[in-house]
Amino acid sequence: MIKVLEEYEGKFPKSLFDEITEKTANMKAADIKALLEKVYALYQDSRAVPGEAVGIIAAQSIGEPGTQMTMRTFHLAGVAELAVPQGLPRFIELVDVRREPKMPIMWLHSKDPASYEKTVEVAKKIEEVGITDISIIKEDFVKKRINVVVNIDKMNEEKLTIDDIQKKLEKAVRKKSKLDGENTIVFEPKTTTLSALRKYTTKIEEVRIKGVPGIKKAAVIKQGEKHIIQTEGTNLKGVMSFPDIDFSKSRSNNVKETEDVLGIEAARTVLLDEAKGVLDGQSLNVDVRHLMVLVDVMTADGVVRAVGRQGISGAKSSVFARAAFEETVRHLLDAALRGQEDKLQGVTENIIVGQPIPIGTGTVGIVVKKK
Amino acid sequence: MIGKKIKSIQFELLSPETVRKISTVRIVTPDTYDDDGFPIEAGLMDLRLGVIDPGLRCKTCGGRMTTCPGHFGRIELVRPVVHIGYVKMILAMLKATCGKCGRILLSHEKMEEYKSLLLKEESDTDEAALEIIAKSKKITKCPHCSAKQENIKLVKPTTFYEGDQRLFPNQIRERLERVPEKDLEMIGINPRTARPEWSVLTVLPVPPVTTRPSITLDTGERSEDDLTHKMVDVLRINQRLADNISAGAPQLIIEDLWDLLQYHVTTYFNNEVSGMPPARHRSGRSLKTLFQRLKGKEGRFRNNLSGKRVNFSARTVLSPDASLSINQVGVPRTIAEELTVPVKITEWNIEDAKAWINSLEYPRANYVIRPDGRRKKITDLSREEVIAELTPGYTVERQLMDDDIAIFNRQPSLHRQSMMAHRVKVLPGKTFRINEAVALPYNADYDGDEMNLHIPQREEARAEAEMLMLVQNNIISPRHGEALVGPSQDHITGLYTLTRDDSWYTKEEAMHLMGIIGENKLPKPNDNGMYHGRDILSLILPKGLNMEFDNSLARKGEEIEKGSEAHVVIKNGVLKQGVLEKKSLKSGMLVREIYTKCDPDTTREFIDKATRLGLAAIMIGGFSSSISDSDVDDKTKKLIDKVLAEAEDKTDELVEKYKKGELERVPGKTRRETLEDMIMVELAKARFKVTRILDKRLGNDNHLVIMAKVSGRGNILNLTQMSGCIGQTALRGQRLLRGYKKKILPHFEEGDIGAKARGFIRSSFKDGLTPSEYFFHAMSGRDGLVDKGIRTASSGYMQRRLINALLDISLKSDGTVRDSAGNIVQMEYGEDGLEPSRCIHSDQDYIRREIKDNLK
Repeated sequence: MIKVLEEYEGKFPKSLFDEITEKTANMKAADIKALLEKVYALYQDSRAVPGEAVGIIAAQSIGEPGTQMTMRTFHLAGVAELAVPQGLPRFIELVDVRREPKMPIMWLHSKDPASYEKTVEVAKKIEEVGITDISIIKEDFVKKRINVVVNIDKMNEEKLTIDDIQKKLEKAVRKKSKLDGENTIVFEPKTTTLSALRKYTTKIEEVRIKGVPGIKKAAVIKQGEKHIIQTEGTNLKGVMSFPDIDFSKSRSNNVKETEDVLGIEAARTVLLDEAKGVLDGQSLNVDVRHLMVLVDVMTADGVVRAVGRQGISGAKSSVFARAAFEETVRHLLDAALRGQEDKLQGVTENIIVGQPIPIGTGTVGIVVKKK
Repeated sequence: MIGKKIKSIQFELLSPETVRKISTVRIVTPDTYDDDGFPIEAGLMDLRLGVIDPGLRCKTCGGRMTTCPGHFGRIELVRPVVHIGYVKMILAMLKATCGKCGRILLSHEKMEEYKSLLLKEESDTDEAALEIIAKSKKITKCPHCSAKQENIKLVKPTTFYEGDQRLFPNQIRERLERVPEKDLEMIGINPRTARPEWSVLTVLPVPPVTTRPSITLDTGERSEDDLTHKMVDVLRINQRLADNISAGAPQLIIEDLWDLLQYHVTTYFNNEVSGMPPARHRSGRSLKTLFQRLKGKEGRFRNNLSGKRVNFSARTVLSPDASLSINQVGVPRTIAEELTVPVKITEWNIEDAKAWINSLEYPRANYVIRPDGRRKKITDLSREEVIAELTPGYTVERQLMDDDIAIFNRQPSLHRQSMMAHRVKVLPGKTFRINEAVALPYNADYDGDEMNLHIPQREEARAEAEMLMLVQNNIISPRHGEALVGPSQDHITGLYTLTRDDSWYTKEEAMHLMGIIGENKLPKPNDNGMYHGRDILSLILPKGLNMEFDNSLARKGEEIEKGSEAHVVIKNGVLKQGVLEKKSLKSGMLVREIYTKCDPDTTREFIDKATRLGLAAIMIGGFSSSISDSDVDDKTKKLIDKVLAEAEDKTDELVEKYKKGELERVPGKTRRETLEDMIMVELAKARFKVTRILDKRLGNDNHLVIMAKVSGRGNILNLTQMSGCIGQTALRGQRLLRGYKKKILPHFEEGDIGAKARGFIRSSFKDGLTPSEYFFHAMSGRDGLVDKGIRTASSGYMQRRLINALLDISLKSDGTVRDSAGNIVQMEYGEDGLEPSRCIHSDQDYIRREIKDNLK
């Protein structure tokens, strides 16, 4: 690398620096230096200034266009695809960090995303099929037995055999069964009461024949050259061990689940992507930096915290800040009992006591030299 | 300027000793004033508690109404009662500690274990405390004194039982007294600031009268504050209880009175306790007691502490004034006469000040402040005297004048551009006035909107307002780095008409336009002695501005011809080619470019002149629209009818297919849903086709079309609805679904799911709607209204939460982003440290452009 370049390395973002390095390969050192100086000055000029209330700006930038967002929860993203939750409700869902989104979705890559057929195959494999999806369960109270009548067409569609199903059921119920005809599996638990029989029925109804638990549907969509599996219902853990899936590319829109399975950094990424997706979907122009501030505050502790009294606002150290937000009296009573001290470091507290706030021009002090 | 700064505030529980110590008087009489209207001694309005009547002096501090802050008194309760806010804590304490020895019901070893845990992780004291309480609750035998533990029960709201034996507050108090300090620490109570037994009250502090002032009604009757009423109740019962005890009344009666005392003290604190009837005023209104005073949106915290009422402010209706600069605000004379600005007198402005004081009409001075801080009103009597003594060091409060700095605001203040600084322009009339170009950031229109004006009073405030909040410094939004302030609506239409290829003006017209923008050097005329609008516009473009871009008239995907109106070329501040419309003017093109290349002053000047020029240009030719603008010829009408008929046929076909069961189901949807989707798509397609037909047929000289195309006002969809077809009405994003049995209105067949029966409006606004269509339209109109209401409510709450979560976050001098406690949130703001409003389109692209320009 040329010496002039070295001097500026690390002084501005790497992508810019790389671009300059690449494009100036054939330039004279003096010209490069002139360019670097110019770009450096421009970069410095465009930086945010110390003291800037970046948090408030972020909150306003996200909140202000909120009134323009739609309340419509679902949007038809083309007829063939699954409905994707959108708009204000989805954004609130993200900010609240709900354990289970209204519409949990995963996007999975098969090992061979170029092939539609192979991807469909994988999708079929992970789609959860319960016994109730392919059969009708009838209780025979007179003979005290349960008849599982399998729909042969559906069974074939899922590429199953009656033996498979029988084995799965037996394993789950821990009772032997008989085949009656070609499509009926009969259980005869030795019970006397009807309620005991019903217990077996419920047990049978819950049996999963194949697929990954929690994945209600799996559709294949085309994204560029690749075929991607979009699922309704998420289960990252379940998919992780699935051999035909390229797990490194799997994504869930469930922030909490992502945090549990993949950790805080992944959760931050999902949160940022989803939040950005919602705003883009409403064609609202909000700079990513604002979303980053929000997302980073939510994840700075190493766990995802919700925006609101159970999360960030409730965890503030200042008694006044908490009391001014919600549950005023509880916070004051608690503070007295614990003998808490409000150090007046934040904005709310200082407004309450009538002092300048420690942000922006309020951060600057003046020291006068005595003569 | 701030003499003393509060460093921190410590929260504590008041001990009975403290209450007695801070109390100036023991209140015993449940009365307030005697017959002469004089406060009764030892009554609730005792003069030692402070004064609220003018003319009286406080017996404690000797101050008058304005100077005495008020002082606490006390009521000695005959029997103790529990504090309603700490009932839960008391229950937990009783359950977690031994009834006999007072120790926590955990063995010594276990306690040590927790203690080391507490020392290790300071932040998790809460959780450890909760765990200790939870664990010790279950233990039935005290590991310290081996006493058997009875089950403690709370019958809400305030009655405690041990087994089936009632635990009276005095017994509770005794038990709590026994808990040793070291055990208190374990469960999160700080023994230096709060002993648990203090939550069982033996003495009740009486707040100063200044916190519960009585008001005199118009009839001359006095009306006491809710708190005073409540204290009266407490005193009465307290007295009766004392009398009964000394008279040796039966235990049952004493207990009843005791419970009554508990009730009154409880409702004195909180009048919304579940399981307790709220104490009511004579009129039936429930009393607003201590907790209610603090709580919620109208409570002390949110209404008086986080947000405060201010002086030096005004509010009135807003109207537009095209001749104002974007930096200005028109202020009515009447308001300017009321608002004042303090001016420090120096030897350079003393003559001005004397003139203000001397003047009988605007601009006058209202007050003079002496160096010792005393205010003096200027009256006819004092005028001479004030002028005589006026010397540097005095401050004069003069009326608001032109070019004073004012902060202008419109609610809801959703972002910082909802509060910007303007320069005052005093005008006749009764409304505030702004240039239309700044209406957007305020989200204001002139259909009755009101706005607020604040006058900063100190030099620091004025400097900050001017440098940070002045409109010209907030043209670019920090949200996305695009211009918020700029030509809008008619300005845009006007500048479009000015810059079209055939916009030639006579010398007179050209000179008129130049007069508007204050230019005096005519551009070069063409051979016919005519002047082109672009040359006139170029006069207000800054020199050295170079731009080349396609405006929104360019059809997507189509190649732009060289020399087309859609291709804008600006060279060295001269508009060579192309027309200006919204995209080029506002959304980050011209205004943005000028702001980056030049400075805020130049940008302001450009916007000021551009808006005026636009309006002047639009007025030369005149620009109006009438009902005939939405006329379409018969041929077009037939074309539209054909398209709509086709669409309706197609929906019928789909319905037919669905009914026969031939419709293929889309994966993940039911057949019915699939049908609905397909019909919606089909009908939307039809309207789109109609739009395209009209787009071609209405002609480019139609004023409605011009406005729609240059985004001056309205869009092509509005035009379609006027002259083509309104289209499908939607309820919750679906076709109409409910109404009568299997049909929406009685006019239709049951089970008809075709286009017409489910809310497709074939007519246009101009043709007029059929009755059923009219009804459908009203339905979707109402749906929109309801949706809007819900949306504003929920997005408002979301924003409040967002602000509250992020308000302490700021950028520090070391480039990190931190919260108020100093915890790092980001190592570098936005990962590259750039601020969206400081770079074009908030991206690094502009730096890349610079790189490109400088490559050799």
